Amino acid sequence: MLSETERQAIDAEIPHYARKQAVCIEALKVVQRHRGWVSDEALHDVAGHLEMTVDELDAVATFYNLIFREPVGRHIILICDSVSCWLMGYGALRERLSERLGVEMGQTTADGRFTLLPIVCLGACDHAPAIMVDEDLHRDVAPDHLDAILERYE
Amino acid sequence: MPGETPLTGRIRPDRPPLDAVGYEQAGGYQALRKALGSLTPAEVTQQVRSSTLRGRGGAGFATGQKWSFVPMGEDAPRPRYLVVNADEMEPGTFKDRLLLEGDPHQMVEGAIIAAYAVQASVAYIFLRWAYRVAARRLEKAIAEAYERGYLGRNILGSGYDLDMHLHVSAGRYMCGEETGLLNALEGKRANPRSKPPYPQTSGLWGKPTVVNNVETLCCVPHIVNNGADWFKGLSRTPNGGTKLYGASGRVRRPGLWELPMGTPIRELLEEHAGGMREGYRFRGLLPGGASTDFLGEQHLDVAMDFDTVQKVGSRMGTGTMIILDDRSCPVGMTRNLTHFFAQESCGWCTPCWGGLRWCEQMLSEMEEGRGREEYLDRLAAHAGMLGPGHTYCALAPGAMEPLQSALTLFREDFERHIRERRCPWRSP
Ligand code: SF4
Ligand code: FES
Repeated sequence: MLSETERQAIDAEIPHYARKQAVCIEALKVVQRHRGWVSDEALHDVAGHLEMTVDELDAVATFYNLIFREPVGRHIILICDSVSCWLMGYGALRERLSERLGVEMGQTTADGRFTLLPIVCLGACDHAPAIMVDEDLHRDVAPDHLDAILERYE
Repeated sequence: MPGETPLTGRIRPDRPPLDAVGYEQAGGYQALRKALGSLTPAEVTQQVRSSTLRGRGGAGFATGQKWSFVPMGEDAPRPRYLVVNADEMEPGTFKDRLLLEGDPHQMVEGAIIAAYAVQASVAYIFLRWAYRVAARRLEKAIAEAYERGYLGRNILGSGYDLDMHLHVSAGRYMCGEETGLLNALEGKRANPRSKPPYPQTSGLWGKPTVVNNVETLCCVPHIVNNGADWFKGLSRTPNGGTKLYGASGRVRRPGLWELPMGTPIRELLEEHAGGMREGYRFRGLLPGGASTDFLGEQHLDVAMDFDTVQKVGSRMGTGTMIILDDRSCPVGMTRNLTHFFAQESCGWCTPCWGGLRWCEQMLSEMEEGRGREEYLDRLAAHAGMLGPGHTYCALAPGAMEPLQSALTLFREDFERHIRERRCPWRSP
């Protein structure tokens, strides 16, 4: 069941578009904001609400890389693996992150605190390498900065 | 006059962007008043046409011409849409971020004028998710614009109506391609559509739609204020205006600079980016993002504009250069770029999704010392097979630009990987 808040947030977007279906990506993001990820059940409810089939909506959900169809940790670390960051030390940064968290790309730490994911260019190439933790961009990140950065996210 | 910086003149790195009042005091929304008060839509389009403004998203299509394809008049289909492409996802590109974060009202004003020119009644800003700061600032700017009568019903008493909405994407490179972007806005997978019909006649929900890049739209208020000749005079070449140029990689001062269109690459690299960092030598560069051909030492005196860079076999693209230094492996860099395109391929057509994976695989093997002699020819063959005209959209040909130019420019490095069965840049 969609919560009242979720439903309101979704419905507020509908008048902005010519067809209801157009808000489906926003709707998935709304659900994700509240629950962290989009479960099969949530997908089913959103599809019903927007008068789409579950398959139609899942085709959309699985296309966009920032819609999570699996559970994730409390915080998401996105590490840019595109070209400028690659040139400026992405490799060492990624290694240290994996080592520090004890997970590989795509995995969640045992305590459920962090999920580590690759992301394409974050548009911060003049300050590469860059990562995002939740909504915060961190630039010019050296492996030695990681402890101080991660500490802020309980 | 060269030396002017209309697009970035109001941006200060040490403070938040101007709000509506501050923007007005700095001359903002004057162009909108002028357009709505004294120019017909056709006159606005004509002015932008005469200014020689070309799209700053990478393709460089003439903006005024694009607008002029929209069917106008009593019987023309309605509603019409204007879409701002703020999806900046081309690797190595970070110019629109500055404009969006630094002066959101400038973009909003440019979009309203563009919408007026094609008589659109709804405008969407298609923004990538990662630009969180820009999202907050745009939301605020749009709300302020409504409050002050620049958006909504009967704008500034002109009888023209426009609504503007921010759409935040859920991430995928394909959304940058204009028809993919339209599908994403409609709540579908961002597969591209076949062209023709072009979006100007049949775009969003089958209605006439213009898609313009952020930097392009930011030029528009200045053209309306100061005229087409002034805009042309900003440039050092026949492609009018200033350009946001940038550099990333091992240069002394990576960053962005607004300079006359046609500034030579060497000047960008040496004067503005400060040359290579201590201990690094220049090997090559991608002039404007991941999907442009590598240029080398011999191309440094080329003027950075659409036509000149094209003449030497590459593209200006977004104008933000990625610099390859001598301590980074050209094969590794090519592999990184190819991985990006393989991952972002939408999977719609076989040569692209299958071919790119294959290329990535060969490059990976090469880098790991398992490359075979025949891979060089096989990669070159792919560059032809995935080139223009063989795939549904420009992603695959774009991916082949760095690959095929790397094979030529860094031939020896590729051969060494195969011959020595290792990457010379990797410690054993
Ligand atoms: S070229 Fe690639 S990205 Fe473009 S439609 Fe074909 S598969 Fe999709
Ligand atoms: S390549 Fe990493 S931020 Fe652009």
